[in-house]
Order: sequence, then structure tokens, then C-alpha cells
Amino acid sequence: MTVMRYGQAIDFALGEAMARNDNVVTWGEDVRLIHRDLLARFGPERVRDTSISESAFLYAGIGAAMAGLRPVVEIMLIDFLPVAWSGIANAASKFRDFSGGRWEVPLVVRAGCGGWYTDGGQHEQTLWGQLSAYPNINVVCPSTPADAAGLMLTAVESDEVVVFLEHQLLSEQWIDFLAGNSRTTVSFDHLVPPDGVEGEVPLPLEPVPLGQAVIRRDGSDVTLVSLGVGAHRCMEAAQVLTASGIEASVLDLRSVYPLDKDAVLEEARKTGRVVVVDEDYVRGGLTGEIAALLLEAGVTTRYARVAVEGTIPFAPHLEYAALPNAERIVTAAKRLE
Amino acid sequence: MGLPAGFDAAGAYRAMVRMRLVEEALVEAWADGLVPGEYHSGIGEEGINVGVVSHLSGRDSMALDHRNTSPLVGRGADLRTLMLEVMGSEDGLNRGWAGHMHLMDPDIPAAADGIVGTSGPLAVGQAVANARLYPGRVAVAFHGEAAMNQGMLMESYNMAVAWNLPVLFVCKDNKWSITTYSAEVTGGDLVERARSFGLAVEQVGGNRIEDVYRAAGRLITRARRGKGPGFLHASCHRPGGHFEGDPIVRLLHNPRGQAEEWGPPMIQNARAKTGGSRGDQLAAVKVLTKRGARAARDYTVRARMDPVRHGRRLLEQAAVDRIEASERQDVEQAVTEVRSAMGSRATFGVSGGTR
Repeated sequence: MTVMRYGQAIDFALGEAMARNDNVVTWGEDVRLIHRDLLARFGPERVRDTSISESAFLYAGIGAAMAGLRPVVEIMLIDFLPVAWSGIANAASKFRDFSGGRWEVPLVVRAGCGGWYTDGGQHEQTLWGQLSAYPNINVVCPSTPADAAGLMLTAVESDEVVVFLEHQLLSEQWIDFLAGNSRTTVSFDHLVPPDGVEGEVPLPLEPVPLGQAVIRRDGSDVTLVSLGVGAHRCMEAAQVLTASGIEASVLDLRSVYPLDKDAVLEEARKTGRVVVVDEDYVRGGLTGEIAALLLEAGVTTRYARVAVEGTIPFAPHLEYAALPNAERIVTAAKRLE
Repeated sequence: MGLPAGFDAAGAYRAMVRMRLVEEALVEAWADGLVPGEYHSGIGEEGINVGVVSHLSGRDSMALDHRNTSPLVGRGADLRTLMLEVMGSEDGLNRGWAGHMHLMDPDIPAAADGIVGTSGPLAVGQAVANARLYPGRVAVAFHGEAAMNQGMLMESYNMAVAWNLPVLFVCKDNKWSITTYSAEVTGGDLVERARSFGLAVEQVGGNRIEDVYRAAGRLITRARRGKGPGFLHASCHRPGGHFEGDPIVRLLHNPRGQAEEWGPPMIQNARAKTGGSRGDQLAAVKVLTKRGARAARDYTVRARMDPVRHGRRLLEQAAVDRIEASERQDVEQAVTEVRSAMGSRATFGVSGGTR
């Protein structure tokens, strides 16, 4: 075990994967500076800066993956991926099927996602619901350094496409740029979950399987289902609910796809009340998917969702209100009583 | 070559000073914790912004990038609501929904987008609309040299030529793609690239306001007359870096502190038992050293290319003093009002959270 920060854990796992396999390479905007530790270890052939050309460098990753490499293509923020959406919607999700299963696309798309740090509606989306709608696209977002390392290791070693989302509130880099070392007049301490930012990482690294949820807190009255920073918000809400005599379970999905259906259903059967907490849009995403799962399985449960209902506003107080904060989760959980 | 016809050196200097003061006030407000998120300042781009915007009025439209404060100030945007928006107030220009990266003002009309390269296609669309609804009006796209590696911007050059649109693409070349040196990730010559699309091309030093004014004027006049789109390449420098808090600027200002933070993990990684060859690692050191040297050169030598300082030289000292005093008074008054409206905001006014 060793204590690592969230972003550090991801790079550590990527470094391990690069050391194990010479065909693992990474490219994206500014990666040589951002991941200077990997550059120092593996050199500029395997750690490449790209121009600001998302559609080309994502598609290039698909080409390279099919030609024998294991590229980790970094899209600085997931909000920039829509510039290259065809790579996901038409290529990465399709080529294995088009080949009749003869050709794998061992690609990792790594991107920052998520808000709470006042960066506006074009830099704080998660888009994981839409990403998981396409065939053959795995989508993960870890909430702790241990999961971040374990999921990155799994993602790189998988023969499938994995979109690895790195929550910007947990990753030290963004907070460092926008507060931290750049200005001391701003504090995000009240919003940053300490367990997500820094924590123990097992050594040697333990891969975390895709599609395996984890129970962060066991309770009998209601199940709060989420991932990423949402899992931490659920823990905060659970604390508040305890004071009202409600014991909440917190299920951290870790993967949006594959969805750990068994874990969700088991929790729903146990508590009979499910609140899905999603830092993504309410329409066409995870919250609806889980509602459909419960209905299809015939599990009788009360259900509520707390998600992003529109453009994320820039003004910090408006942003906070628009995101699935603990107060909104508590209110939703209490309504199910 | 004397000053171009129609060029008002005093008016141009006044506009540049106003932009500089507003930008400096916002940079200071960012450091004081009054501006949430990022701030990409337009300091260093005043010569380009004034040189182009001086030719625009009425329904001439602008598609802006992430450095959009100054062009809006140049078009007469209200300083108070603009600054309130950047600080995240519901009394701001866009009611607190935009922040500095997405400022929108339908009255100007001007819209900013934080996605690199999108100002090109947005201006193409504006030009189609202008040609139909407001004949004689032009659309201007402001973008950086790094955006010229974004496919959609190149596609929009082609569309503009193919449809013979009244649009001007203004390339503000500060030589940096976020914190990557643009030349390291760019093939060929950008001016030749633009020319090969069939655009009418002008190239100027962006710190020389009179040159920008003359070149932009030629291209805009041409476009207004239906003679097709133009491309203005103007060099500039960004003394504040990509955004406030830019790690490269931090490195230059505090090399020891940054080296202490970055150095040990890099050395530890380079020494890992498994990894690249010695040659790979030497190449890595070379890449970073080269970038550091380029940054150091740009941030000292190019910093001398200050457009405001150049503009000052075109005027008598008395006029300079008069302009600076009146602009300073105006901007300071707006800043004082806006700051008092915002108060102190260590947590940006968010009192929620259960922790």
C-alpha cells in the first residue's frame, strides 16, 4: 500500500502498463507537460503532444489500435470529445462488429470530466450516459485513487474500447491550476471529497474489473446509486440522513457500461428504495437506464433521480444548485419514505 | 510608410488602453479570487483587436474565441455587466450563465465559444446571414494559430471561399497551443496554408496598430464589396500565458519552486527499473528543455512587442497622458462598483455542502 493522489495514481498505473507492454503509447494535447513523469520514463516516442485536432487524433488512435498498438488517447476535457464524436459513434464502437469479430480495437480514451470547480457549461460535462449508449464502448469513472489506478490498468490491458473518465474535482491538476499553486485566495475545500483526492493504492497494483460496483456504505432503508464525485455526495447525504433515522446504502458503480446490474438489483430488493445520483444529464442516460433495469427485472421499488437538468451555469452558486449536491440527494431520499 | 488614411491614432490608443485596463482589472480580480474558473486574458492582443474592430459597426458580427473580453470592450460593451458576468454574478451580461469563455451579446452582435476553432464556422454562418439580411455587413472570426490545426476551421476557410462570403478570419498568432509550442505540432506555413484555400491574405506584426488597421481595412472593404473572404495573420504575445495560473508562466516566474515540485517525481520516474532506454530519456529531457528555452525567449524578447507601448509612440505625450487619465478613471470607477457588488468570495459565495 502507498498513499497517492488521484491523478498521480492514474499516471502510476499507466506507467505500469507502459512498462509491461512496449506497445502502449499515449498522445493528446499538452500530455508531455501534464504527464511529464511518463515522458521522463518512456521518452517522447511513446508520450506525444498533439495539435488541437481532436477528430484526427482520436481516429488516429483507432487506426493505431487496429494496427497493433495500445494507444491511450487523451482528450483534455470530455467536452472536447464531441468535436471528434464520429470516432466514437461510427468507428470505435463499430469496427469490431464490422470485422465480424476478427479485429479488436484496444483503445483507451482518457478524458477529464465533471464539475464543482466553476468552469462553466462547456468544461464540466460528464457525457458518460451518451458515451455508454454506443455498442462496444466501456465507460468508467473512478471515485478513489485505488479505483483510478485499478481501472486504468484494466482499461489499458483490455482488448476493448474503454473511455476512462478522470473527475476534474478529484484530479489535482485542475484545482492546482485554478486555485492551489496559482492563487491562495480561492478555496475548494468545502467541495473536494478528501477520500477521493488522496488515498491508499495497493502495491502491486490490483486491476479493478469493468462493470463491478462496490458498496461504500451499507444501510437498510434506501440505496443511493452513483459514481465519481456523485458517490462522495451520496456519502455526505447518507451522513445527514442518519440524523433523521434513515440508513442509506451507497453503491458506487465505477462503470457506467458495463452496468453492474446484479449489484443494483440486489440493493433494490434489500432496501426497496433507490435514488440514482447522476452528474450527467437527466435525459437519455444512467438514471433512465437504471429505472428500465428495475422495471424489466420486476423489482418493486420506489425510485427517484437527482441529475443535471440543463446547461450547467457558470456562476458558482447556480452551478452548485444545478449539480447533484448532497442537499438535493437528501430531499429526494426523504421523499421516498 | 506613413499612417493609413482614416486612421485615428488617438482613438486607437484610447481603445487599446481601455482594453488593457479592463484586462488588467480582471486578471487582478482573478488573483484576488473574484473570478471563478479560468481567465484567458487578451493582454498583448490589443493592437489586433483595435485594428480590426475599428472597422466594424452596426450589424457587423463577431465570432470570438476564449480571449473575447477585449473585442467586446472594443465594440462598446458595457463594462459593468461584462465584468459582473466574468465574476459570476446574476446581474452580469449573461445572467451568470456564461463566464468569460462564453460571453454573448446579441446587440453587438458577438458570440464567444470556448471550443477551439469554432469561431470559423460560426462566422461563416453569420456571413451567410449577413449577406442575405444585412448586405454590406461582414462577419469576423477571431482565432489563434493553434486553431488552424482544427479541421472545422480549415473546412470553414474552404466554405467561405467556395461561397464567396463576406468574412474575415483573424489569426492571432502567439506561437503557443495551450502549453505546447505550436511549431512542434504544426506542419508547413500557416500563411501559405490560408493562401492555398484562395483567401485574400495579409500578414502583419500585431503590435503595430497602424499596420493591423491598414491590412484589416483592405480585407474588410473587399469583403463588404462582395469580393470574397480574407485572412489576416497577426503575430502577438501572451504575457499571461494560456490562462492565469499557466504552469509555464509559473515555471518562468518561480523556476526554483516549480523545479522542486516537478523535479523529484520526474527523476524518480526516469530512474525506474522498467521504462524507456537512456536514449528515450535523454530525448525527453531535450524536449522539455527546448520548450522551456522557447518559453523563456518568448516571454522576454517577444514581451517587448507591446502594442500599447507602440501605440503610445504615435502620439504626443500630452495626448497620451490625457487619454490614459480619462480611461483609467472610467475603468476604475466601473471596477470599484463591480467589486463592491461582488464582495469577498473565498468560496465564490457557495455556502452549500455538508462538509
